[in-house]
Amino acid sequence: MTLAELTVAEFLQLDLVPLASAVLACVTCGLLGTLLLLTRNSMLGDAVSHAVLPGIVAGFWVTGTRAALPMVGGAIAAALAAVALIGLVRRLARLEAGAAMGVVFSGMFALGLVLLVRSGADRVDLDLGCVLYGALETLIWPEATGLASLADRAALVALPGQFLLLAAMFAVTVLALALFWKELRLAAFDPAFGAVIGFDPRPVRALLMLLIAAACVAAFWAVGSILVIAALIGPPAIARLLTERYAAQFLLAAAAGAAIAVAGYAAAALVPAAMGAAVGFNAAGMIAVMAGFGFALAAVASPFRPALRRRRAAASRA
Amino acid sequence: MSGDLLAALTLAAGHNAAVVVLGCTAFGAAVGLVGTFVLLRGRALIADVAAHATLPGVAAAFIGATLAGLDPRSLWLLMAGGATTAALGALAVRGAVATGRVRDDAAMALVLSAGFGAGVVLMSVVQSLPTGGQAGLSHFILGQAAGMAVAEAEALALLALVAAAALALLFNPLRALCFDAGFAAAAGLPVRALDLALMGLMLLVTVAGLRAVGLILVVALMVIPAVTARLLTDRLSAMAPLAALFGAASGWVGASVSAAAPGLPTGAVVTLAACALFLVALLFSPSRGVLAALLRHATLAWRIARDHMLRGAWEELERQRLGPAAPFAAAAVAEAWGWSPLRAGATAFVLRRAGLIERGGEPGFLRLTQAGIAAARGVVRRHRVWELYLTRAGGVRAFAAHRGADLIEHTLPPEVEAEVEAWLEAADPALARLAVPPPVEGARA
Repeated sequence: MTLAELTVAEFLQLDLVPLASAVLACVTCGLLGTLLLLTRNSMLGDAVSHAVLPGIVAGFWVTGTRAALPMVGGAIAAALAAVALIGLVRRLARLEAGAAMGVVFSGMFALGLVLLVRSGADRVDLDLGCVLYGALETLIWPEATGLASLADRAALVALPGQFLLLAAMFAVTVLALALFWKELRLAAFDPAFGAVIGFDPRPVRALLMLLIAAACVAAFWAVGSILVIAALIGPPAIARLLTERYAAQFLLAAAAGAAIAVAGYAAAALVPAAMGAAVGFNAAGMIAVMAGFGFALAAVASPFRPALRRRRAAASRA
Repeated sequence: MSGDLLAALTLAAGHNAAVVVLGCTAFGAAVGLVGTFVLLRGRALIADVAAHATLPGVAAAFIGATLAGLDPRSLWLLMAGGATTAALGALAVRGAVATGRVRDDAAMALVLSAGFGAGVVLMSVVQSLPTGGQAGLSHFILGQAAGMAVAEAEALALLALVAAAALALLFNPLRALCFDAGFAAAAGLPVRALDLALMGLMLLVTVAGLRAVGLILVVALMVIPAVTARLLTDRLSAMAPLAALFGAASGWVGASVSAAAPGLPTGAVVTLAACALFLVALLFSPSRGVLAALLRHATLAWRIARDHMLRGAWEELERQRLGPAAPFAAAAVAEAWGWSPLRAGATAFVLRRAGLIERGGEPGFLRLTQAGIAAARGVVRRHRVWELYLTRAGGVRAFAAHRGADLIEHTLPPEVEAEVEAWLEAADPALARLAVPPPVEGARA
């Protein structure tokens, strides 16, 4: 085996799956987050990403494994409960939406944390660190021996389950977007017109909520419970700075998601190596930082930035 | 564990533990107090952003102190670092909103996660430092009251006093700011300075709470007691002390549980304690609680069913040209209202128990009692007076007037009824008399 082959095998074993998982998580969340951003519901993403934790823990607790379906089911149930509770608290306590969300999602997150510690303190698969920092580094693919493994059935079957869940979630998201493109657009841009032509936006919104809950579970191992907000809001916010078109907004959000994932992962691996440090940075944290950095960059380069807008307004006056 | 918990709750688990529990209790009171104003000013989410943005500051201060050869565990240094990045985070939100392309909720979510992410990255650097004291720092995220030093707990208590004193001094101007910022500005209050002062207090309790409740859930301790107090009162002068009380109770329970079960994240326990109080208030609040709302609902539903049954009976009797004391067919009333036999039977049963109707001899027939006749006359009168008023004064058509009267007659206050009757009397005395149902004897509509 040559040195190059060795490096390729190492890359496939240690880096390919985490990198691909990060990209899939950021692209999927970015696409769904675009709909949140356009419907002015960014806080809902924050709320759902926190509120699914007790569902994930309960699903894990019941089966004792990282099987995906119970956890996705638990997370969806928790998200539904959270939305119902938020509505109830808003109506009964006559609170503004933000405060009602704050009460419900921090309560459910706290419940999830306590359940996590009480039920699975001895388990290595699911711990507090995973919730807070993500566990991207654990998604290794030891069966990979070289480029040939990418076409090897036996090796592909041994890919980490979390990666497969993310890939499935990505496919479902793209499919849902393709199927409900028109309806989602109507619900996002002109609910009043929708009401006039007898279109009920509630099923579409419910679908979006379910997708986000499922995406939060899928992204859980990649970026954890808190940094998933960066994946949900960062890419669409960057895209929003760069375009005014509906389709371009989605494409740019997907591209921005992939870009922050790759940039974050690379920076986490390469910056400490360049500085001569022995350990890498936390990749999930770096992805969130890149989301903020990307937003700042896009704000400076935005064709819609305030300085340009003022200049254009002055030109049209003159 | 329950024995340990009881000891901690009653401050009987030793001097150190008692001081920590008392410090956390005082701190909870301070956060609840500050949270009242933060919530009413609509700054709860900014507080959450600031709290998450303390992490990079704390970690950077730790790294900097290690590199500079200072003691990296100095709490004051870490808190100063946290406060700096928290303030920067709040500024970053303003900057993101100033692009004019994203709303403040998206800007806050972005800054929150990017700030926390930067903190996570720096934490992984801390882990690789030779001092390797990451275990201590990770407590800043979810809180760990159990290991607190006595001096830290005393500092928390002192802080609670400072916050309470500041809020007591600024109570009136802050009240004006929270309820009507425009009025506050017009009245010559320094609105910007007041907002800054509130922001400063918020940052102060946030960084002070890092050790005790952690940065992720400190906002829960800020919001939930205030919301709980809001459920119980409409007065700020009562809401602020109540929120302080609930915050103190949450801090007390959280620190005690932490002493008994050191593995649990204190922030989560404090939040759950606050949530438990919130749920109790949500269920049992006399004005806004779930039970009170259900009771109001049930009372109204009963009144509507009673009114409908009585008026249905009266109209059936009129149609049959019978006296009010004559028996009428229950099925006819049920048909008039579109009631199922079950619902009609249940309504009739309840009205019989209330002494308003009685069995009318033949099966399937009912009869109004003396009390029922009086009540029915009142109901019919109210309906017709309102119907006439709607047609005459509002120019509403007869059928619409009937529907409108149906909707409103059950909740019409007596003084409005009297006013409407007086108006009708003045407008058209002959018509006004029509509205009044005929007397008991010789009833003929």
